[in-house]
Amino acid sequence: MSIESAPGENWWTRIAHPGQFVAWSRRLVLPLSIATVLLFALGLWFAFFNSPPDYQMGDTVRIMYVHVPTAWLSQFVYGVMAVSAIGTLVWRHPMADVSMKAAAPLGATFTALALYTGALWGRPTWGTFWEWDGRMTSTLVLLLIYLGIIALWRAFDDQLRAARIVAIFTLVGAVNIPIIKFSVDWWATLHQPASVFRLDGPTMPPSILTPLFIMVFAFTFLFLVLHLIGMHTEVRRRRVASLERRLAQKGAA
Amino acid sequence: MIDLGPHAVFIVCAYLGVAAAIAALIGWRLVEARRVSARLAELEAGTPRKGTPT
Repeated sequence: MSIESAPGENWWTRIAHPGQFVAWSRRLVLPLSIATVLLFALGLWFAFFNSPPDYQMGDTVRIMYVHVPTAWLSQFVYGVMAVSAIGTLVWRHPMADVSMKAAAPLGATFTALALYTGALWGRPTWGTFWEWDGRMTSTLVLLLIYLGIIALWRAFDDQLRAARIVAIFTLVGAVNIPIIKFSVDWWATLHQPASVFRLDGPTMPPSILTPLFIMVFAFTFLFLVLHLIGMHTEVRRRRVASLERRLAQKGAA
Repeated sequence: MIDLGPHAVFIVCAYLGVAAAIAALIGWRLVEARRVSARLAELEAGTPRKGTPT
């Protein structure tokens, strides 16, 4: 029996059983990849050819179409990891461990990209690449938390034990997410306050909001594709480790 | 190519940096997937690589 042909009947088994999960979710990878490519093509066309320069920032506003989606993902991916951590600690859900582990490098990359694009946007608009203010510092702390989580996963041979420790660390680190979100309200900062999701509506015109939303969806779909592929690989890696252990035991006997 | 104004270098560097990082991420995920799948197929077929215990 291969890893993708293990038995499973109900929906819970289909989600919780690693082999079943790989079997049904691998069919999602191609359609999601096509949707991602189309969204990026449309988003980039809007970003460069069908959106106006900002009246104050000029063309540097186009950096927003990669900065905001990466910043959004830096927090969304952490949210996915925090929900998975609850799955690990409360239900001992086998796929929750796998989801946490596969998401961490993606979250770290998107956070690094948010800092990188923010610095490149900051220099022409604020006159500086970096400022130790609330938003930037808390995002840097998020990157360090991601790197800590990746290091923790690598520190353990026993991935089941690692999962529980990483889950606790992830939930403790989740306190940083509201700090990032509200940092622009709590402290004096160069960073602009929320300008899309506000009670009184977005402060941007539709000509700028349209490419922004398309790029946010494109990046989110990209994350979903890479996360699924990463989860499939992690399931197979665990199967490899288990088969290798079995072979080693046979060799020792 | 559209005119990106006096700060074109910042815009181009931002997009190139993001494109390079995404390309690296996709490449890494695909190479890793292929490597692990090949090893699993090898073990499930019962033909372990040279040097692995049998």
